[in-house]
Amino acid sequence: MSAADLMGLLLSLLARLITGTQGHWKGCPPTAEQRIYFANHQSHFDWVLIWAALPKDLRSQTRPIAAKDYWTSSPFKHWLTREVFNAVYVARTRPQEASGSSTDDQDPLEPLTEALSHGDSLVIFPEGTRSNKGDPQPFKSGLYHLAEQFPQVQLIPTWIDNVQRVMPKGEVVPVPILCTVTFGAPLSLGVEEDKHDFLERARAAVLALRPRTA
Amino acid sequence: MSFRDLRNLSVDNQVALLFVTLFGVLVLVTVGSFLYTLRDTPDTQSAAAVRFRRELRAVWVGTLLFWLAWISGPVGATLFFGLFSFLALREFITLQHTRRSDHRSLILAFFFVLPVQYAIVATQHFDLFTVFIPVYVFFAIPVVSAMAGDPHRFLERNAKIQWGIVVCVYGLSHAPALLLLDFKGYEGRGAFLLFFLVIVSGAAQLVQEVASRWLRRRPVARHISRSFSVRAWLIGTAVAGVVGALLYWITPFKAGQALALALIAAGCGSLGEFVMKALKRDAGVLHWGNRSGVTGAVGLLDRVAPLCFAAPVFFHSVRWYFKLSL
Repeated sequence: MSAADLMGLLLSLLARLITGTQGHWKGCPPTAEQRIYFANHQSHFDWVLIWAALPKDLRSQTRPIAAKDYWTSSPFKHWLTREVFNAVYVARTRPQEASGSSTDDQDPLEPLTEALSHGDSLVIFPEGTRSNKGDPQPFKSGLYHLAEQFPQVQLIPTWIDNVQRVMPKGEVVPVPILCTVTFGAPLSLGVEEDKHDFLERARAAVLALRPRTA
Repeated sequence: MSFRDLRNLSVDNQVALLFVTLFGVLVLVTVGSFLYTLRDTPDTQSAAAVRFRRELRAVWVGTLLFWLAWISGPVGATLFFGLFSFLALREFITLQHTRRSDHRSLILAFFFVLPVQYAIVATQHFDLFTVFIPVYVFFAIPVVSAMAGDPHRFLERNAKIQWGIVVCVYGLSHAPALLLLDFKGYEGRGAFLLFFLVIVSGAAQLVQEVASRWLRRRPVARHISRSFSVRAWLIGTAVAGVVGALLYWITPFKAGQALALALIAAGCGSLGEFVMKALKRDAGVLHWGNRSGVTGAVGLLDRVAPLCFAAPVFFHSVRWYFKLSL
């Protein structure tokens, strides 16, 4: 067993101890089909939670998206995202502001489309940023473009509940509180469906999975 | 083999016999329920049968852990109940809708108060053990909360955290304390004392449940529990008292003392369960634990709640009556 496997085991154990990480497969079974899971984003813990809620055999082929500038900035972060989670790196800002002119026209979605054409599954947070209060923000258009290019990939709406209480923005030590991850029924892009309509529908599908609070 | 022969066995052999008996009964029940599933009738898959098998699995796990806790000595027992405490407190806090500014207080509760309380149990400092949470933690939690600078519902938020700590940490930590309590002429037999407590409060629960179904009395508090009635509670407690009196020979008590202590423990356990029901109603759920319509899981706190309330009362009654040293 390699160090990366051990780290993965340790992290999933930790996630289980802190949050219980129950996966509820309400709309689809946990099978090894190629999928894009799209979820609400409230905390840094989100990805680990989804990852720990997946059955073991799905974990190796399901990859997160990591911001390249942040997650490659130190050797440990780089190792964690590359070896343990097999992350797909994306540039957060369009590179034109930096300096280069040759990479000017690089599509930010290109690493994602590459991973999808290799047959990997992805987890994305289409809000783009962490929303720590209330409803998720409007979705960015990346999901629509991926759905357009890969109609055969299942789009699974996913709701992560309670995780903002585990580790609110700005805190480093997580508090043990039970969380759930609910996976809904697959969504697909309608024929000639408008981008805006589709993104609204996707967001509503994620919101519909929120457990009702009594 | 008569009772006198049993008494003449060494302590270790008596404890071993206790576990052999427990596991023997469990194996019989499991084999019986397995044979029952082989019958090809529709009711083998009924909700009640499925629930029974799930409960049986939980009893197996509980007994195995009880045994592991015993053979691993004071440290093992403390770790085992410490983990239970952690999981129970996690379930409790999940349903209390804490706010962002409670974060530091919760970290204090989970990662300082809980381990320290169990460390005190393991080292058998029973004088500090009884006051650490009611005196020192009671003071520390609101201080940390006030530091967070959020006056919104301050009393309510602190009360919730204090309650969680007292029930899930303070209450439950009395279970390993019973294992380590030193009775003159009863050294090393704490497992029996804990076993006595668990059997007695379990019997009370069971009998009360059956009695309330059979009596169909008017519930005392309809909005909290549709089954709890005073008469059912009295029957449950009385039967548990008799069970306790019959078990006096495994305890350091005489039959009369065993009866009285069993009545106290069983009565408190059932009333504690009733109180926890009120808390669940307040939070709007049927069970503690992760809300799930899929698995119908019953939380850990549902199972240990009677123990959380019965253990401290039992522990202190025993110590007070027998004037055990601090």
